[in-house]
Amino acid sequence: MNEEYDVIVLGTGLKECIISGLLSVDKKKVLHVDRNNYYGGESASLNLIQLFERFRAGAAPPPSLGPSRDYNVDMVPKFMLANGKLVRVLLHTDVVKYLEFKAVDGSYVLQKGKIHKVPANDSEALRSPLMGLFEKRRARNFFLYVQDYDESDPKTHKGLDLNRMTMAELYKHYDLTEDTQDFIGHALALHRDDAYLTQSAMPTVLRIKLYHESLFRYEGLNSPYLYPRYGLGELPQAFARLSAVYGGTYMLNQPAVEVLYENGVAVGIKNGADVARAKLVVGDPSYFPDKVRVVGKVVRAIAIMNHPIPNTDNAHSVQIILPQKQTGRKSDMYVFCCSYAHNVAAKDKWLAFVSTTMETANPEAELSAGMALLGPVEEKYIEVRDICEPLDDGTKDQAFISKGYDATTHFETTVDDVLDMYRRITGRDLDLTAKEPVTVEA
Amino acid sequence: MAAPLAELAQQQTAKLVLLGEMGSGKSSLVLRYVKGQFFDYQASTVGAAFLTKTLPELNVKFEIWDTAGQERYHSLAPMYYRGAAAAIIVYDITSPDSFTRAKSWVRELQRQGNPNMIMALAGNKADLEGQRAVTVEEAQAYAAENGLFYVETSAKTSANVNELFEEIARKLPKPEAAPRPPQGGIVLSENQQQQPKKSTCC
Repeated sequence: MNEEYDVIVLGTGLKECIISGLLSVDKKKVLHVDRNNYYGGESASLNLIQLFERFRAGAAPPPSLGPSRDYNVDMVPKFMLANGKLVRVLLHTDVVKYLEFKAVDGSYVLQKGKIHKVPANDSEALRSPLMGLFEKRRARNFFLYVQDYDESDPKTHKGLDLNRMTMAELYKHYDLTEDTQDFIGHALALHRDDAYLTQSAMPTVLRIKLYHESLFRYEGLNSPYLYPRYGLGELPQAFARLSAVYGGTYMLNQPAVEVLYENGVAVGIKNGADVARAKLVVGDPSYFPDKVRVVGKVVRAIAIMNHPIPNTDNAHSVQIILPQKQTGRKSDMYVFCCSYAHNVAAKDKWLAFVSTTMETANPEAELSAGMALLGPVEEKYIEVRDICEPLDDGTKDQAFISKGYDATTHFETTVDDVLDMYRRITGRDLDLTAKEPVTVEA
Repeated sequence: MAAPLAELAQQQTAKLVLLGEMGSGKSSLVLRYVKGQFFDYQASTVGAAFLTKTLPELNVKFEIWDTAGQERYHSLAPMYYRGAAAAIIVYDITSPDSFTRAKSWVRELQRQGNPNMIMALAGNKADLEGQRAVTVEEAQAYAAENGLFYVETSAKTSANVNELFEEIARKLPKPEAAPRPPQGGIVLSENQQQQPKKSTCC
């Protein structure tokens, strides 16, 4: 490793691996190092032995859970929006060929103490108890407006200026009740709190369009979400492979690695007696403790169960959104579930995750509304994670640091951060429309 | 109706991974097999570490994975072995170290890989008989002990290269016997975009 590189990347989380892959395809010489002996960093999927090392140090997994290698437990549970930016990056880089996806069976939302499926087609919408009959008619006009809305075609604006009016005003224009607003804002636009109501309506309208386009992106979807077989940890591995295929060098299991600074500028890494130099260093916040600040805390519970979540039609994969108002909180809570059908748990086992932004000093109690939906659990692990952000943008000290993974249910902000880092590093935007296929058909 | 018949005759896609020490000739073997090419000074694998080759007469399509830059510091991702139907472990017959390394890959596969994986041991660079350092007997005995299919190859002269891949194709379990995941997967592609439908649900 005592060589000179264009870029050294620290940590093999999803963001770092996408950057590493993109820069390798750009013909940069990349060295990618991780302190752990596994891929994925903060966004890894762990097997049972790794899970127990993290949460039950010294204890062995009980045999009732099945083989360790059958498990791929996501440390940052999220789903991919089928028409979202991550899918576009996967297609652009042709990394899709390393992965296999499954549709998520359903998205549910908590309303008045009960969970209901978020309708995925007209007949489900008609039957759904989420709205009364007259409200459905009003909501229909709102949805037709949103679906037809095209920023570049003023005819579709129907005299409304979405950049100037607030979302609360747009709701009022369509005369929607507070329950409907709650449903649209949290279960479709996927806002985590109500701050969006007083902001311009445009971003929320675009988010509702993204949800709708995702739902109809591939045939037969019952939710707007996709999930990779073998867990989300496959995503960083797939991008790491892209990087390696384009000449990137990988070194895992380097616990002593640290950033080397000269005159306050990152010039490479130290690893014991070894030094590797580079024009710039990229990495996740854990490798730059003096250059990041904590901006929030997320509390997560991981549960292993031998049944699906009750009242979800025996779904193998599902998301449940608990809007803040329904639980008397300031931010939403999310439940994710997937099963052995996705090769993330042993036969006949389900994994469930409950997560939210931490608001009190008693994080476990904060999760109670979500945990109550799961039914009996075999095993439960709880942790609180800091979410860190870089203090600077890296242009002065050549240390380009990713943000921690936020509490959102999907990867939109993850990819936004990657695209922003890519621009800061290369000075140009990534053109997601250009495609460079890597496959060679003989 | 023609559809069910077409489905029965469906081509079997088999993931095949290559393992072995740097310089043992993994990429050269693949390039010789897939493209009929050989270069005396093959650069380290860049850009084309995922090749496919179809064997119509055996109804098999190989997806061939090369290690790219991940084996140098022993940093192969689990994804690499995942779902592999077959593995070729390559060593260089002029290098005892590469043979030792091949054995450690075999152990790694026995521990991590799919238990039904077809494993082949390829003693490459068989054209360099004069510099041989690993005997046929030693390799043969090791292969027999570990249930490996063994052959000596030369990417340079192409000796036994086609035979190696074809023998693996013949040994693959028939598609009907292969376990199916509980539900089918989705193939992501650009041109699959449906017309967004009008809907009142969202």
